[in-house]
Amino acid sequence: MNIKAFWRDIRFLKILAQAIFILVLAAAALYLYRNVSVNLARQGMTVGYGFMKNPASFDIGESYIPYQASDPYRRALLVGLVNTLVVSGIGIILTTIVGVLAGVARLSSNWLINRFAAAYVGVIRNTPLLLQLMFWYFGVIIQLPGVRQAIELPGSIFLTQRGIYLPWAEPTATHPAWRVYILFAIISIFIIWFILRTAGQRASVPLSPWWNLTYPFVPAFIILLGAFLQPEPPLRAFIPALSGLNFKGGLRLTPEFAALLFGLVVYTGAFIAEIVRAGIQAVSKGQVEAARSLGLTNSQTLRLVVFPQALRIMVPPVTSQYLNLAKNSSLAIAIGYPDLFSISGTVFNQTGAAIETTVIMMLSYLSMSLFTSLLMNIYNARIQLVER
Amino acid sequence: MTTIEMKPPVLAVGPLAWLRKNLFSTWYNAALTLLAIWLLYALFKPALEWATTEARWGVIEANLTLFMIGLYPREQIGRVWLTIFLLSALIGLSWGVWKNAARGFALMALGAGAAFILIALYFQWNVWDEWLLAVGILLLFYVIGLYLPRGNLIATLAWFLYFPFVFLLIAGTKYIATLPPVASNLWGGLLLTLLLTIVGNFGALPLGILLALGRRSKLPIIRYFSIGYIELIRGVPLVTILYMAAILLPLFLPIDVRPEQVIRAMIGFILFEAAYQAENVRGGLQAIDRGQYEAAHALGLSGTQTMLFIILPQALRAVVPALFNSFISLFKDTSLVAIIGLFDVVRIARTILAQPDWLGTHREVFLFAFFIYWGFNLAFTYGSRRVEQALGVGTR
Repeated sequence: MNIKAFWRDIRFLKILAQAIFILVLAAAALYLYRNVSVNLARQGMTVGYGFMKNPASFDIGESYIPYQASDPYRRALLVGLVNTLVVSGIGIILTTIVGVLAGVARLSSNWLINRFAAAYVGVIRNTPLLLQLMFWYFGVIIQLPGVRQAIELPGSIFLTQRGIYLPWAEPTATHPAWRVYILFAIISIFIIWFILRTAGQRASVPLSPWWNLTYPFVPAFIILLGAFLQPEPPLRAFIPALSGLNFKGGLRLTPEFAALLFGLVVYTGAFIAEIVRAGIQAVSKGQVEAARSLGLTNSQTLRLVVFPQALRIMVPPVTSQYLNLAKNSSLAIAIGYPDLFSISGTVFNQTGAAIETTVIMMLSYLSMSLFTSLLMNIYNARIQLVER
Repeated sequence: MTTIEMKPPVLAVGPLAWLRKNLFSTWYNAALTLLAIWLLYALFKPALEWATTEARWGVIEANLTLFMIGLYPREQIGRVWLTIFLLSALIGLSWGVWKNAARGFALMALGAGAAFILIALYFQWNVWDEWLLAVGILLLFYVIGLYLPRGNLIATLAWFLYFPFVFLLIAGTKYIATLPPVASNLWGGLLLTLLLTIVGNFGALPLGILLALGRRSKLPIIRYFSIGYIELIRGVPLVTILYMAAILLPLFLPIDVRPEQVIRAMIGFILFEAAYQAENVRGGLQAIDRGQYEAAHALGLSGTQTMLFIILPQALRAVVPALFNSFISLFKDTSLVAIIGLFDVVRIARTILAQPDWLGTHREVFLFAFFIYWGFNLAFTYGSRRVEQALGVGTR
């Protein structure tokens, strides 16, 4: 009988290799754990989240949820998280617009526009974001004129060193009553979609495209009805105006927020521009030629043939740029915007809870990243080519 | 027979035709052109006026050494020059040995050297002779490289030895009397930025390759460990990892081991960059045809031999462009050490702005820092393209 020695059996070797790997990992973990406990014992510290209930007793420059210095640390960290989410969310929307515009400009047949976009992409992509943020904050926004000499841009936008004032809208007394009309208008769109779909499925010939006009007209009619029945519109323009020593009204972006948002949008936009350009260029020429020979117009070719295919190529890299933007928002600390990283740092300085703050910070960023990836993966799966 | 009168063809060459074709082909193109011209005028006129009249460029001249080497002891500055001379010797040697592949890079270095000589002469700085020496060394080693036997091996070896040697030269050691140790908190400016970039990249590559192999391993525990590590690191911002390296790392080490801040930052960069390079290398591994494995197997190579001699060389060559991209982005990312308190280019810029003589010169100082990063990145991009061509990436 010929029994193979068990130590030459590949199945055994595989298990052995993994067992050794686990042992090494466990030994390393044990070693690190012992070091940590010795170090902490020497500093007379313990690990635990008890400190989260203690009052933070520091002020935060800006917050989108109510906060005061007597609130506990966990509230302060939540303020930081919300601040990070706000700047990342707005940043992602704006950077998509900037990136697509610059990417299309990069493909323009107009030489000047083309060069302009190329210079933008070249300079921004080759310099560090941290430096750009500092430049926008210290070099541009802080050096804007004071409130009284504010630079006024068309549309009642005021640039001052105390922040940027934008016209905004505020709800009026009738705002609650208006919600009903708006709700009905939105519901009507779904109803139209449903009716048109069932009618289209039953009819032998395709429905006239004119029916699509019901989409804008029916909701508009409902809103118009509201305008007759209600005494005033739901929102009132809220224009910033100089009164005394400061601006009153409108939406104020703090200098820190404005610099961070602008810096992130401009930086990520340059990367998205390159992705958009590469995506459009990657659609094969035969597709365009085939579309033209079928008699599609220029804009139809772009809209129905080139763009859907380019989108498929663009979504994964654009997703990672969105993630980068969210992660890069942690550079806010350099210009004093109170984001999650900056507030975690303050909490650590006050409590010395290094491990705990790091864990919170890491978990928050990680779940943000995973959540964004998840959303974009769902979107990506929807637009992928369905092959039979 | 009637003659057919033909209109002369529309002008197809010349500046006017170029203008018509590229700027005014349709009415909306013309409108865009005018808009762009207006925008250029509105942006550049005040910028130019500011740069030529209002800006105080003296701040750069007064702090140039600080920008370059930070607080590195001025009496030891010869060591920094030595690294530059060695680098120019290496560039010259590579030019002589590899000819075309390194020529563009060498010419660029020569151009930069010549520019530095002229700038130094113009401003009457006393560094023009050093730059002249650097250019001379480059040319000398070019000639040596032309006639060197086994030049390929020697040049490759010299490049590999260069980086550890530079590290030794900058850090110094207590065992060599002429190279007294220089505390790492004195390293600064461009010197520190470049050191961090090089250590971060080359230190991360072995770890990155291991992680990439681990991620493709058939052993589930090793695979899930690699996936977990890579995704964890890629999911959090670099600055949190640097923060961890600066604050948490000492907690995880024995009491008598307290690495200096610069070393901690380097460890942070290596741990961070390894995850990204692992993904790059994985891309290369996935691009290798199954036939390569099968052929190696048929020739009787073992699994390790197949990996080392057949798969990895091809995979790494395929991902050279991606590795260079990581290099460039890490070069930019080293600026984040300013947040944890190291004196790299960005932090030096901040300290200069605190000097009482130069208050309010933010734009000048930051623009100069932009210029440093931009110039180096242009050089890196160009260099990477030449290396890719020399290695035949995408053509084999």
